[in-house]
This record gives sequence, structure tokens and C-alpha cells, in this order.
Amino acid sequence: MKFNWLFVLAMLLLFAVGCSTEETQGDDSSDDENPETTTDGNDTGNEGTSEEENVTIRYATFSPGEAHEEDLKAMIAAFEDIHPNIKIEYEMAAFDDYFTRLQTQIAGNNAPDVLELNYENFVSYASRGALMDLTDLLAEDSEFDPTVLNQEAFKAFQYDGTQYGMVESFSNVVLFYNKELFDEAGVNYPDASWTWEDELKAAQDIMAHHDDVWGTFSPLQFWEFYKTIAQNGGGVFDDAGNIVLNSQENIEALQWMVDKIHEYGVTPSDEQMSGQEEADLFLDGKIAMLRTGIWMFGMFADAPFDWDIALEPGNTAKAHHFFANGLAISDKSEHAEAAWEWVKFMSASEEAASIRVAASWELPAITNEDVLSDYLSVTPPESREVVFDALDSLVTPPVVEEWSRMTDMIGEELELVKLKQKTPAEALESAEERLKNILN
Amino acid sequence: MVGFHGWKKLSVLAIFLLPNLIGFSIFILFPILGSFVISFTEWDLLSPPQFIGIDNYIQIIRDPGFYNALGNTLFFIIGYLPTVIIISLTIAILLNKSIKGRLFFRAAYFVPVVSSWVAVSLIWKWLFNPAYGIVNYVLSLVGITGPAWLHDPHYAMIAIIITSVWKDIGFLMVMFLAGLQNIPDTFYEAASIDGASSFRKLWNITIPLLAPTTFFVLIISLINSFQVFDQVMIMTGGGPAGTTTVLVQQIYNHAFRYYEMGYASAMSWFLFLIIFVITAFQLRMQKRWVDYGN
Repeated sequence: MKFNWLFVLAMLLLFAVGCSTEETQGDDSSDDENPETTTDGNDTGNEGTSEEENVTIRYATFSPGEAHEEDLKAMIAAFEDIHPNIKIEYEMAAFDDYFTRLQTQIAGNNAPDVLELNYENFVSYASRGALMDLTDLLAEDSEFDPTVLNQEAFKAFQYDGTQYGMVESFSNVVLFYNKELFDEAGVNYPDASWTWEDELKAAQDIMAHHDDVWGTFSPLQFWEFYKTIAQNGGGVFDDAGNIVLNSQENIEALQWMVDKIHEYGVTPSDEQMSGQEEADLFLDGKIAMLRTGIWMFGMFADAPFDWDIALEPGNTAKAHHFFANGLAISDKSEHAEAAWEWVKFMSASEEAASIRVAASWELPAITNEDVLSDYLSVTPPESREVVFDALDSLVTPPVVEEWSRMTDMIGEELELVKLKQKTPAEALESAEERLKNILN
Repeated sequence: MVGFHGWKKLSVLAIFLLPNLIGFSIFILFPILGSFVISFTEWDLLSPPQFIGIDNYIQIIRDPGFYNALGNTLFFIIGYLPTVIIISLTIAILLNKSIKGRLFFRAAYFVPVVSSWVAVSLIWKWLFNPAYGIVNYVLSLVGITGPAWLHDPHYAMIAIIITSVWKDIGFLMVMFLAGLQNIPDTFYEAASIDGASSFRKLWNITIPLLAPTTFFVLIISLINSFQVFDQVMIMTGGGPAGTTTVLVQQIYNHAFRYYEMGYASAMSWFLFLIIFVITAFQLRMQKRWVDYGN
């Protein structure tokens, strides 16, 4: 049966050829990889020579989405003009898939050099040692001056006092209101002095005037919760880091959140919303006041009525959300200097900031007045400066290593309150117990 | 496979199986073995895994989240399994008769099977919409105020069961049809001559002789329903208030959202163990009620 062995040989040969072809193809297509390996050899002593070498930086990102992919390309082009020896290859994924993908890449020793992280997930990555300590890079870079950045935003990307990331952009949440509904009901527009009581009064007055309009809307979920309790002087943790979920301030704030739905009826319940988005209801003129993010400016620009923004009413204190994205370098990256150039460009350069502002792609964290004045001149809303006023009372998310577990758990307890299966006091008592278990 | 000749044959066999074996090994066998090793480690995917022995398995026993998910999964199975089997068997018996347009009906019932779970879940999500959905509209026609379905902790899982039954009826129906066509007509003829009623024929001929098919369908459906995931993820995401969180979703959360790949792997093996024990039990019990006719 010689035929059989021939056949076996032929198959093996085919298989081997198949494999080796792939390898050669791989080598051909990535021309830049060869210089990279030489860089590694030179890296040890001389920084000067490494800058001469061509380097490719892999950048993982989620924030552009389809809407801003072209803007990212423009930023990359601007960067490659300044640094002709550095090539940026971006890998974009949707936010929902991004972190799963990133974790798999890191676990598979295929981590990108630079990764984009939102503030909440930044802590998870920094605490698990996946990010490079930027202290030395910052110290060695004489050109870079951290004061060009909003300091709150800059410091947000420190973990345990060490800089592991650089803020890239931020956004926040303010009170949007439908001017027409206010006018028709003869109610004064919201202003910075408003409290929860004023908000409730206005909501009731407007609803008395219109049949199928809701007075005010804010979602009942974890993100809204940690901000609302801050508006009542509460918090998830106290300054020393102890869990204080079950405090009187928090119970009151949560009571207020559900009372708007069940007691006063100024906010629709999930059932009454029946799957409609609050943003669509607002655009339909069905919601008078809406707490939502400044990323809605674009969507609301074509609204068939006048609208504006104001600072959020608080109870005993003012508090506003603060969401930031930043760039960090993987601790496995072999091109730290080149990666740092890209991180610095995205974070603090006027070029990147101008492209960002022109495209209304969140806000750059730089303090340069010229760049920001462009942002302020666009309407609607007329009161754009509110976006910056809100930064004076920002609350950052109470991040912990076990971030997703905590948000899932508290979200579940809040839902029980929303469904009237638990009182605010019961829910927060059980949430405090469960949070202790999660963090221990 | 003895002797020189046998080995030769085996090697030829191996060559033909090789393409499949490579794929199977890379994408199924090695990951399964890998997950078994990972289940004894603490691994956040970002830093190297650490061996911690059977701690993960001990943690499962103490984890209230696991029992909640197990309870929800069992609730799903108890609601889903009998319903889907009875309905699909009934339809199969009806479509086995020579009625007009039976080919059309067979195809119609099979359409949901070939549709993607994502599309089916999204459509049913709309059908169950409390204010605008067809389900509550139809209920209102007969004077019933429908519940908030996916927003109501008491009805969310029921809505998921209804959706799953609707999608799977076609597949089970085809299985049952194949089984029904294996029953020789002679039995029915003999029964008719003896003056048996339709119900008698169903009870004493069809159901006993269909037992091998029923057994197969039962095992397959039970294994599948322990792994229920897609429809839950899309329709409720585990809510409201965790009342539809199922085991596989819990595994997914621990692996990719809570940075606990080791614990998630241990949960997977625990789930495997549950399915294995139940299936083994069913295989033993089949002697009591399944007759293969030999």
C-alpha cells in the first residue's frame, strides 16, 4: 500500500507549505516590524538613536465610534506630521465589546502599546498592574507642562498617587430644559440657585398646564444615584474610604429619587416609559426638564423648540457628574518613548484639542482659552458656559477595583426600590452589607 | 485494530479526520482543558494567574449570586421544558396527518428555528412592550390588563419562557415528526380493527413507541436550557432586579466584567457537573420507560 504513504506525505507537505506561506506573508506585510526589533537592541543606552528609528504604535480606542473615526484619522495625520518616525495603527471597538477585547489581547500577550480607558475602568487596570508608571516619562520630558491641563482631570488618572494615565477628554451632565413648556406655563427658567424643591414646584406647575407632559426626568440607576446623594451631602464612601452607603443623607436622596416617580408623579416610571428613550421624549416635547450628558448637544440641535441648559438643582449641595477618558501605556509596551509622544499629543496638544472641539467630540481637558472659546461660541445651547461652571462642583465616580460588581449590585437594589419591593432604607442597608462582602 | 494492517488503516483514518481534529482541538478541546486548569487559579486576565487550589469551587457554594442564578435557571427549565415538549408533540401529531397545506405549516413552524436569537429576542421585546406591544393589546381585547412583562419581576422570566418556547417548537416538532413516521401503520390498523378510539391509539401506541424520540428530545432540550443565555442577555440583561439572571450570564459577568476568569471557569465546570449528573440519571432511568423495540 505504497499509495497510502504517498498520500500521507502529500498531505503533510501541503499542510507544511500552508503554514510557511502564512509566515512569509506576515513578514512581507509588516515592513515596520524589522526596524522595531533593531530599536530594542539600541534602546538600552541611547535615547537619541531610538528617535531616528521607525516605530509603529498600536492604539486601542473606543471613543470615536462611527461618528468621529474621521476625526481620529485627522489627529493621527497631524501627529505623524510632527513625528514622521512614529506610525500610529489604531484598533477601534464599540464600548460594549472594547474591554472584553482588550482583556483578551492582554491575556494573550498581544496588548496594544497605548490603550484608551474611561476613568471608571482606569482604576481596574492600574490596580492590576496592566499599565506603565508614567512618573519617569513625565520627569524626563522637559517640554511637557502639566499645568496646560485641567488639574482635576489630570489627577483623575492617578492611582495611589502615581500617574498611570493622561486625560484625553471629558464630558459632564447638566439640566436640559424645554423653554417653550416653561413659557407656556409661565414658570421661570431654572438657574444656579435652584434646589430640588424649586425643581419639583416647576415640574408640578408645568404638568398642571399640560396634559401629557412629564415635569422632570432623571434615570434611577447607579450613576444618577452617586451624584444625587452628593447633592444631599452624602456619598458611597466617606473621606477616609469607609463605606457609608446607609447614611441618613443617602436614604433621603434615594427617597427623593423615587418620590418623583411614585409620590409626586412628575417623572415617568419604566412602565410609563415603555421602552422609549428619555432623549426621544424630550425631543418630542414630552419632558420639561431632563438631566443628561452634554454629548446630547448634537442630537438636540435640531429640536423643534428652544431649549437651554442650567446647573443641576441640588438639595444641600451642588454636584455634577464628571466623565473622563484617558490614554495609558501598556506595561508590556516595548516603545515607551514613542507611546508617550502619542499619549502626550492626544492629551495636551492644541492640534488634537482643536480637531476635537471643531467636531464637538466631547471636550479636551486643556485650559487654553482660544481653543475653548471656539467651543463656547456654538449654539444651542445659549448658556454653554454652564458646562464649565459645572466643573466647580464635580463628583467623580466612586471607583473601586471591583467596579462592575459594585455597580451591578447597587443597581439591583435601586431597581427593587423603583419596583416598590424595598424602601430606600431597606435597600441601602442591604447594599451596604453586600458592598462590604464584595470589597473584602 | 490489531497488527500491522490495522495500524495502517488507522493512520489513513487519521489523515482523513485530521482537518476536523485540528479545528476541534484548537477551538474546543484545548479551551475546555484550559478552562479546567484555569478553574484552579485566580486570574484577572491582566496579570499572571495564581494557583489557589479548589478555593473557587468552595466560593461557588458560598456565593448567593450563584444560587440566585441557579434558581432562575431552574425556574426557566420548569416553565420551558414541559411546555415546549407538549406543544411541539401536539403540533407534530397534527402535522403528521394528511391535512391540507401541511408542508406550509411545517415550514412555518420551522422558520423561528433558523432565525437568529438576536432578531427573535428584539422582536419579542417589542411584542411584550407594556404600552405599545401586541401581546398586551390582544389581552386588552379580552378585557385583561396585561402586566409590564419584561419590567415586572414576576413576569419577566415568563416572557422569556414564552419566547424560547416559540423559537424551539419547530426544532422539536421535526424530531417528533421523524419519530412518528417510524411507527408502522400496522399497529394503528390492528387497533382500528379492535375498535380502539383515537385517544386510545395515541395513549397506547403513539406515546409509548415515540419514547426513544421523546427521550432524545428531553435530554437535548434539558442540556440546552441549562445553557440559556442569548435571549436573557438581549431581552432583560438579567433584570429587573436580578430576577432573570441565569447561570451562563453569571459566568459571563465573572469572566469578562468582574475580572474573575478562574471563578468563571470553576462555575462552568460546576454547570457541566450539574448537567452531567442529571443526564447520567436520565440515562439510568430510561430503562423504565423507553422501549427501543428490540
